[in-house]
Amino acid sequence: MRLSGAEITIQCLQEEGVEYVFGYPGGAVLYIYDALFNQDKVKHILVRHEQAAVHAADGYARANGRPGVALVTSGPGVTNAVTGIATAYMDSIPLVIISGQVPVPAIGLDAFQEVDTVGITRPCVKHNFLVKNVADLASTIKKAFYLAASGRPGPVLVDIPKDVSQQIAEFEYPKTLSLRSYNPVTKGHSGQIRKAVQMLMEARRPMIYVGGGAVLGEASDALTHMVRQLGYPCTNTLMGLGAYPGTDPQFLGMLGMHGTYEANLAMQHSDVLLAVGARFDDRVIGNPQHFFTEERRIIHIDIDPSSISKRVRVDVPIVGNISDVLEEMQKLIDASTVQADPVALKAWWTQIGEWRARDCLRYDRANQTVIKPQSVVEKLYEVTRGEAIVTSDVGQHQMWAAQYYKFDKPRRWINSGGLGTMGFGLPAAMGAQLAYPEATVACVTGEASIQMCIQELSTCKQYHLPVKIINLNNRYLGMVRQWQQILHGNRYSESYMDALPDFVKLAESYGHVGMRIDRPADVEPALREAFALKDRVVFMDFQTDQTENVFPMVKAGQGLTEMLLGAEDL
Amino acid sequence: MRHILSLLLENEAGALSRVSGLFSARGYNIESLTVAPTEDPTLSRMTIVTRGSDEIIEQITKQLNKLVDVVKVFDLNEGKHIERELMLVKVRAEGKDREEIKRTADIFRGRIVDVTERTYIIELTGPRDKLDAFLEAIDSTHILETVRTGASGIGRGEWILRV
Repeated sequence: MRLSGAEITIQCLQEEGVEYVFGYPGGAVLYIYDALFNQDKVKHILVRHEQAAVHAADGYARANGRPGVALVTSGPGVTNAVTGIATAYMDSIPLVIISGQVPVPAIGLDAFQEVDTVGITRPCVKHNFLVKNVADLASTIKKAFYLAASGRPGPVLVDIPKDVSQQIAEFEYPKTLSLRSYNPVTKGHSGQIRKAVQMLMEARRPMIYVGGGAVLGEASDALTHMVRQLGYPCTNTLMGLGAYPGTDPQFLGMLGMHGTYEANLAMQHSDVLLAVGARFDDRVIGNPQHFFTEERRIIHIDIDPSSISKRVRVDVPIVGNISDVLEEMQKLIDASTVQADPVALKAWWTQIGEWRARDCLRYDRANQTVIKPQSVVEKLYEVTRGEAIVTSDVGQHQMWAAQYYKFDKPRRWINSGGLGTMGFGLPAAMGAQLAYPEATVACVTGEASIQMCIQELSTCKQYHLPVKIINLNNRYLGMVRQWQQILHGNRYSESYMDALPDFVKLAESYGHVGMRIDRPADVEPALREAFALKDRVVFMDFQTDQTENVFPMVKAGQGLTEMLLGAEDL
Repeated sequence: MRHILSLLLENEAGALSRVSGLFSARGYNIESLTVAPTEDPTLSRMTIVTRGSDEIIEQITKQLNKLVDVVKVFDLNEGKHIERELMLVKVRAEGKDREEIKRTADIFRGRIVDVTERTYIIELTGPRDKLDAFLEAIDSTHILETVRTGASGIGRGEWILRV
């Protein structure tokens, strides 16, 4: 079959079973858009900005685990997409980004809308390709999908010059592929696994610390089964929320900079720590020197060897696919004649119970004069019965959503954890809604973040994506204001945003429902009303307490247990 | 500590910038880097000389292995190996200095590959410290230009880096 490069591109997407492409047309991709026009298998979602195209593809991928696909034109199309690509890279999300490029003979001549796409994206992709020969196109796209989804996932970009999309070549989609330089490990080392299980059984103060790798590796069921059988305490990172059920009694809450008192203390004082698909980053363990003032043995399971012993030296590294490794561990645990010392474990739980009794997530629930942002998330949890897919932007609202919405299943919490990208929430919600059209999708955001991709309200209208926007509006760049209050002597430099739009009217002008909620008593009724409007986008503008802070808080550079628990610690 | 890393990588456009970009993005040091295609034209062989603690070298090795274009990485410091570097030095050679410089070049097994009335170009290969020693042995006021390739390395005996 002889096809043009553009037709080959679309055929490849069909072969990969791609449902949706999120994109924005432009000069360099016109042939590809023409090929898209002539078929109806791959549906195109026309976003309003390329950053949102990548975030939406990302939200789709995070919700259902399959690679998301974005299509952008050369030059500004690509540079707009870079924020989205870097966001996905930091959180290891499988994406394939197809970008147009100026024709091959024009490359390097500063042509109109030319940019060195491969060069600009190199540090924030798992891999990228510039396809200079149409004969290589199909195999390159095949490689891109394979690389994006296998091993430690990540975004892969394929840059296609305009003349390549026009040229004709024989098309056959390769059935297999081999890359001599890329062979991700799947099975963990059996000797190491044996050592790990033995160490876990000898633990007196065990702790299990679970990151986004457990979500990406579809290891939630295996992990939950194992942790429950062992009876050990478990914490999830911001990226791992839902990997271990948030309502389980063995769950200590999220850990880290805004983690719970009990999770952070149990982490610090454990004698055996099992890290599952997590990377000991600065927002999780704080200052590594402080972390090492207590002695503990660490087992670390990760698919990426470079994540192991990067910030924290570990005793038993296990490189492999998390679900495979956990399965092997489970077999050994089932067969083990040794059990953890029940007396020591009981004492450990008693200690944890004392930490828990501090009730570190308490706040002024009884307040009837001003809406506490935490209460909005708690009510959201009740109204959606904990079953919504919740996306967020970045800042205080993100932390409150992570702390107060209890995620019992993986892939229901979608946020930019690594890069911390404001503007992520709304387009990611669109992607999640397309992945699960019947699901309830809520975007918890703030009045600053939402304005970074607010144009996507238009996309929601065009494609009938009834996401619910929970805007925690405190008229401040809340997290910046919080740091300025605590670390910069109350000097609120540029963290107050004057001249906010009337979000109700704004939502209405895009054809959606807008609500403004000022009183605590109206929070729950408003949420119920909004979620009853199943086929509408509802923008809920909650006027929240301007001075509320996120607690607990570990200041940057401090030790994990050096927590501020509330205003009284300031 | 100084380490010599030997890499096999796909001989493709952009592979070098992936490696050098990794070093600059993560703040690793490159003392020298050499690269050229091998007898198999689809592969390039690269030698990187870097410095760092054991932890940093371990991270560098892991990060290099993670690059899709990198086929294999060896840390030559883990075994017996040969390290060689090529240097071309242009020196001022006039009058009585001509004989003296020639003698010094002979002692270091250097070859004079270009002669004019006033200059020599000396070609010298060896491990880095031999080249350094040669430069020290010559009066620095005589040195007009030096060009060094950076080290290339290879494991001794049966220690073979290939696909």
